[in-house]
Amino acid sequence: MKWFDYAAPRTVAEAAGILASHPGALPLAGGTDLLGQLRSRVRETDLVVDVKRIPELNEISWDAARGLTLGAAVPCYRISAHPVIRRAYPALADVAALIGGVQIQGRASIGGNLCNAAPSADAVPVLIALGAVCLVSGPGASREVRVENFCTAPRRHVLEPGEILVAFQLPPPGPGAGSYYLRFIPRNEMDIAVAGAGVAVTLDDGHIRSARIALASVAPTPLFVEEAGEWLAGKPVEPQSLAAAADLARKAARPITDMRGTAEYRRHLCAVLTRRALEAAIKRAKEERS
Amino acid sequence: MTHRKTLVRATVNQESVEFLCEPRQSLLECLRDILGLTGAKEGCNDGNCGACTVILDGRPVNACLVLGVEAEGCEIETIEGIARAGALHPVQRAYLESAALQCGFCTPGLIVATKALLDQEPNPSEERIRMWLANNLCRCTGYDKVIRAVQRAAEEMREVRA
Repeated sequence: MKWFDYAAPRTVAEAAGILASHPGALPLAGGTDLLGQLRSRVRETDLVVDVKRIPELNEISWDAARGLTLGAAVPCYRISAHPVIRRAYPALADVAALIGGVQIQGRASIGGNLCNAAPSADAVPVLIALGAVCLVSGPGASREVRVENFCTAPRRHVLEPGEILVAFQLPPPGPGAGSYYLRFIPRNEMDIAVAGAGVAVTLDDGHIRSARIALASVAPTPLFVEEAGEWLAGKPVEPQSLAAAADLARKAARPITDMRGTAEYRRHLCAVLTRRALEAAIKRAKEERS
Repeated sequence: MTHRKTLVRATVNQESVEFLCEPRQSLLECLRDILGLTGAKEGCNDGNCGACTVILDGRPVNACLVLGVEAEGCEIETIEGIARAGALHPVQRAYLESAALQCGFCTPGLIVATKALLDQEPNPSEERIRMWLANNLCRCTGYDKVIRAVQRAAEEMREVRA
């Protein structure tokens, strides 16, 4: 690894100040992506800014009106073990137990997963499906960015120099809600998704009141398939509705062919994974209502 | 850039330590090259193989994916701290008696990861054990003897607790 300096600020303002005055500085959360990239010189920097010691980035809090506030640097093991997240945002708890092995989950964060901006990031379709908003602080005003608008290209996102992703705000799920994430990998664990589907639904007496669907690994960024969710709203919970929404997800995908799979195979996976994830999310929603 | 080394204070195997390191040095390099604790191994150096597993503030982590400077104020347990008072830990004994190793390169990481599991879950299912150890690769033996060793250690540790 090339030499870099290290800073460990204790406040958001201090971190934003350091990042603003060092345009090439890179924030460090769990480091499970960043340290490998620095070592292999995929990325280089003169300054690593460790944001893990800032309280707001390590906070998990719940409020019935506002929902969940999840600090950007909270490691996955705390998320998958958190009782409120397990109950109210089950897809988020699942995905935190799915990324890497236990050693990775001991460090890796959801904020890091988003800021790494890989199309295959498992947590991002889940955040989009759950309607998560990024709380961003900078040297000037704070701003909010919906997760589906955060990534702009592979390894690129909307943060300006000096801006820092502080936390995610997830709306309260409401009654009859269920969520699920499903990915396809050739192994049983610890692999990069060939394709993935994150879905969140709310049910209302045998009908789908609302649905949000997002896909991993089938576009240059995590892909929000808004039209599939909107189409499902008001439809009865029937196999034909789910198949039609899954077909919309397949049509929205813009995959490439690479060593993990062909574009055609990925499109096929989008339909299968979306349908199965919808079925599983609906099952959870029904259990939630009963 | 300052090119200045950083002083890090941490607890390693229940002893207070201070060491000077470059910010770019991994915790694994600090343990092996500065503190002389060479039990944690460098396998892949990118977080896939688990040979460098140590316990950091109670959680198993890949020491190759942690900077030494991040360990400031942390408690670290390495394979060197698992045996106490000259006696092997039940996990170490079970690996030995189950012949759950051949070349032994992955074994420190596996033992540390196993201890972290059994410290928090006294009776894990076979599936749980396999998923927990998924980040520890062995290229010699396959994993069945490892699983048997973990089950054997868990049983013995439950008996001691009872």
